[in-house]
Amino acid sequence: MESKDNLRVPGSQKPLTIEKPSDLNTIGGTVSVEINEKKITVPLGTTILEACKMSGISIPTLCNHEDLCVAGVCRICVVEVEGMRTLQASCAFPITAPMKIRTSTPMVRKARRNIIDLMLSEHYGECYSCFRNGKCELQALAKEYGVDSYTYGHVSKPKYEIDKSSYSVIRDMSKCVLCKRCVRTCIDLQEVGVLEAVDRGDKTHISTFLNKPLNDVICINCGQCINRCPTAALRANDPSDEIWAAIDDPKKHVIIQTAPSPRAAIGEEFGLGAGHSMTRELNTALKRIGFDKVFDTNFTADLTIIEEGTELILRLYKALVKKEDAALPQFTSCSPGWVKFIEHYYPDYLDNLSSAKSPQQMFGALIKTFYAQKAGIDPSDVVSVALMPCSAKKFECNRPEMHASGFKDVDYGLTTREMAKMIREAGINLPEMPKSDFDDPFGEASGAGLIFGATGGVMEAAIRSVVEFVLGKKTEDIFEKANIIPLRGFDGVKYMEIPIGNEVGEVPDIIKHLVPDWNWLKGATLKIAVAHGTANAKKIMDNIKAGGKFSECHFIEFMACPGGCIGGGGQPIPTTPEIRKLRAKAIYAEDESLELRKSHENPNVVKIYNEFLTDGPCGHQSHKLLHTHYTKRGRYIA
Amino acid sequence: MEKKERKGAVLFSAYKRGDGIKKVLAKSREDVLLDIRESKLKGRGGAGFPTATKWMMVAAANSETKYIICNADEGEPGTFKDRVLLLEYPELVFDGMVIAAYIIGAKNGIVYLRGEYEYLKKSLEDYLESMRKDNLLGQNILSKKGFDFDITIRMGSGAYVCGEETALIESLEGSRGEARNRPPFPVTTGYMGHPTTVNNVETLASIPHIVSKGGEWFKKNGTDKSTGSKLFSVSGDCRKPGVYELPWGTKISDLLKIVEAEDSKAVQVGGASGFCIPKSQFNRTLAYEDAATGGSIIIFNESRNMLHILKNFMEFFVEESCGQCTPCRIGNVKLLEGIRMIEKGEYTFNYMNQLKDLGRTMQVASKCGLGQSSPNSFISILENFKDEIFNGNGGNNGK
Repeated sequence: MESKDNLRVPGSQKPLTIEKPSDLNTIGGTVSVEINEKKITVPLGTTILEACKMSGISIPTLCNHEDLCVAGVCRICVVEVEGMRTLQASCAFPITAPMKIRTSTPMVRKARRNIIDLMLSEHYGECYSCFRNGKCELQALAKEYGVDSYTYGHVSKPKYEIDKSSYSVIRDMSKCVLCKRCVRTCIDLQEVGVLEAVDRGDKTHISTFLNKPLNDVICINCGQCINRCPTAALRANDPSDEIWAAIDDPKKHVIIQTAPSPRAAIGEEFGLGAGHSMTRELNTALKRIGFDKVFDTNFTADLTIIEEGTELILRLYKALVKKEDAALPQFTSCSPGWVKFIEHYYPDYLDNLSSAKSPQQMFGALIKTFYAQKAGIDPSDVVSVALMPCSAKKFECNRPEMHASGFKDVDYGLTTREMAKMIREAGINLPEMPKSDFDDPFGEASGAGLIFGATGGVMEAAIRSVVEFVLGKKTEDIFEKANIIPLRGFDGVKYMEIPIGNEVGEVPDIIKHLVPDWNWLKGATLKIAVAHGTANAKKIMDNIKAGGKFSECHFIEFMACPGGCIGGGGQPIPTTPEIRKLRAKAIYAEDESLELRKSHENPNVVKIYNEFLTDGPCGHQSHKLLHTHYTKRGRYIA
Repeated sequence: MEKKERKGAVLFSAYKRGDGIKKVLAKSREDVLLDIRESKLKGRGGAGFPTATKWMMVAAANSETKYIICNADEGEPGTFKDRVLLLEYPELVFDGMVIAAYIIGAKNGIVYLRGEYEYLKKSLEDYLESMRKDNLLGQNILSKKGFDFDITIRMGSGAYVCGEETALIESLEGSRGEARNRPPFPVTTGYMGHPTTVNNVETLASIPHIVSKGGEWFKKNGTDKSTGSKLFSVSGDCRKPGVYELPWGTKISDLLKIVEAEDSKAVQVGGASGFCIPKSQFNRTLAYEDAATGGSIIIFNESRNMLHILKNFMEFFVEESCGQCTPCRIGNVKLLEGIRMIEKGEYTFNYMNQLKDLGRTMQVASKCGLGQSSPNSFISILENFKDEIFNGNGGNNGK
């Protein structure tokens, strides 16, 4: 994403991250090249691959990925450069002098075919029995280049056992073509460092620390590797068969909650371009599939804001008024990838994590208590499914502490891709579905819960409420249309200060019993920050550790995935910065179209505090159901 | 062979430690570089890049920190000349590094020593210590103000690919030994991102002689395109194997006479990654422009089975490929499988031609020199010895 000046990048790729030049004047001009006898002028340092794209020539690629640093290992993108004895990998060759390039000579075509053929010879399995059939980059290349005969043979037996140990990510290394995208994702993009190539020669393979199962290493389950794997070597742990079984069991009451990000992306699985929100079509499709109830995760996102916001106020009150130790800054805890990341990498900071559960888990706890009670259903007959953009949510719902209802609060985490598969399997073409609403009693949710999907969204949702709580003014009076623009966009780290001034409002009734007034906040400045992608999270955490500016923050939003949930590990493949931008746009557009855009104004939230969580936010009942605790894992406990 | 028995016009000629350094310190960096350019010295590791050009690029690079790395990861099957230089002529190698440092403006030198040569480490370190005592290393070398340079020895871990300069740098940085994409080249972005020159032991050892006796003197030996002399590590079927210094341009047949090889059928020039030259071509000369080599000469007589030899080479490459790029990682396996097919007599000429074609793809599409050169023996042995190999008897010499 942003800077590559970290130390964990594989050295062979580190100095070769070729930044796209944005301003020609700053990098010293342009250079003229001839591609297939056509002249084109490109900014100095443009890769041959980029230059070809600019002149409308398509070059096949495999190891190359927009989000990742250059590897130059698959060699499919080779081209001829006049005066050079060998072919050059176009993805890794920055143009710094005039040159003549040919992209389709006999030597180039033969090399590409041979390389694809070699990859196929080591790639285990048959396409028709593969879940990536039709969506596999290797298959697409073989088709495009007419490689259809296994010239160099084909492996008949799998080389490696499939690693199904993880709740989230399944690794089938027999299908791996060693493009190392997963390695670069894990080490460089996310700075987690679970996957790396081991051994050499024909024994080279991608492995974990001591070749342990994924479940036993410090994988954070973000699934970003899945999103970037060109083949079926990596995939999410798919529970759809169990879900079908539950749907088919007449005794079971099957409930699904849907998060905003899958709704903004699932259209891509049905041939729509990125950025089409399918919320209401999806409601109909899910009912037709056989789910008994469809609920909106945004409802518990609103609830999260109230709980997490109250928690923040209590921490600030403790620190500023009671002058006691309070773990500040408070960190958000709704991204389960981030939670596991901090448990592994910064276990000494777990007190800073909000104890509020993620919206998925809050919903799970409420469905098997509040809802089951209300609907008169035995909670043991309820099967609770969560449609999430996320592979880490599968791990989260299997955490032993997530049994607040007395049952497993959420039975299955389902990704966007898996949901699309179920919908297709049911013979439904999603875009053609009529629109319908969410089910009661959680029907309506606010736009604040909706924007949780994009990086900065949780913070924006929180600020919309905090501003009104503390200042007693409308958010719209401070931020135009209640859009808090500085918190939006894809900068790796965002920082904002909100001066509170000397005018404060009344403490709202809902938390009146916790803080008497806001006078203690007069003149204070609220400092907040947002990071997405664990590499950026690491920057903030290291800054906090060193006592830097972020240690003075009050509240920080962290999302494990680049772009936030819209770029989650369960989202449709491929993922690129452009696609993530469009998904985010869809979410913000939907938010703006809503009447209800602040969590505390959600009538259902108000209702649940009146009817069920009667001792209020952060009260006894909510602590039991809506809050959790964390595990100091360190580097050695998976 | 003992040191006193070694004879040679350049490298094995007389030289006293420190003489070359004294000489260059009296001159400007530019003049020394011109001397070296005059000699037309090319890299002795095998690729033959002009040394003066490389140093000019590092000298011109704008950086406070620069490195000179001596590539002593002598791993090509059949080479052992660098070991002789390090063991018997360390003054040449280290003086060469000091001179290089003076020219390019490096403060740090690293010897990347082959893992298997660990037994040399102690004596080399002792030697460096003695140079420090004589102010040939350290601060203000030979009282030249501001000329600070020192050398450390770092051990390789036994990977053949780390002889490739960018993989060597990766290894030095603590990463997997894998070749980097080029450009950028080490001369601008090398060790720890700083301008770096990586030179073979023998290249560096030539430098003190050149600066002491001049480029013209150096050029008296060799051919126009291959100046000077070369150390050859001769092994295989001959009576006198060992390290020989011979002028570039020596005919293979003459070399065979010198080492007393009889009944020779083939000579592998350049080690496993080189080419196999059959008897009919023994009048070819050893030179960059003809039969180029980093020094390895392996002689085979009529009793040898060429297919077995080839298989041995290919097994070596299958194991030593770093495994990052597709053509080299899988291609070498396919070539080896082809050899096994011939052994069993289960092959078609069509498929063998397909494999040669694959070899040619590997030569142009692999990421580094390893995969680009590993098909050389496959192609040259299958072409030059096809009667013997495709004899319907699994390549078994008609027996």
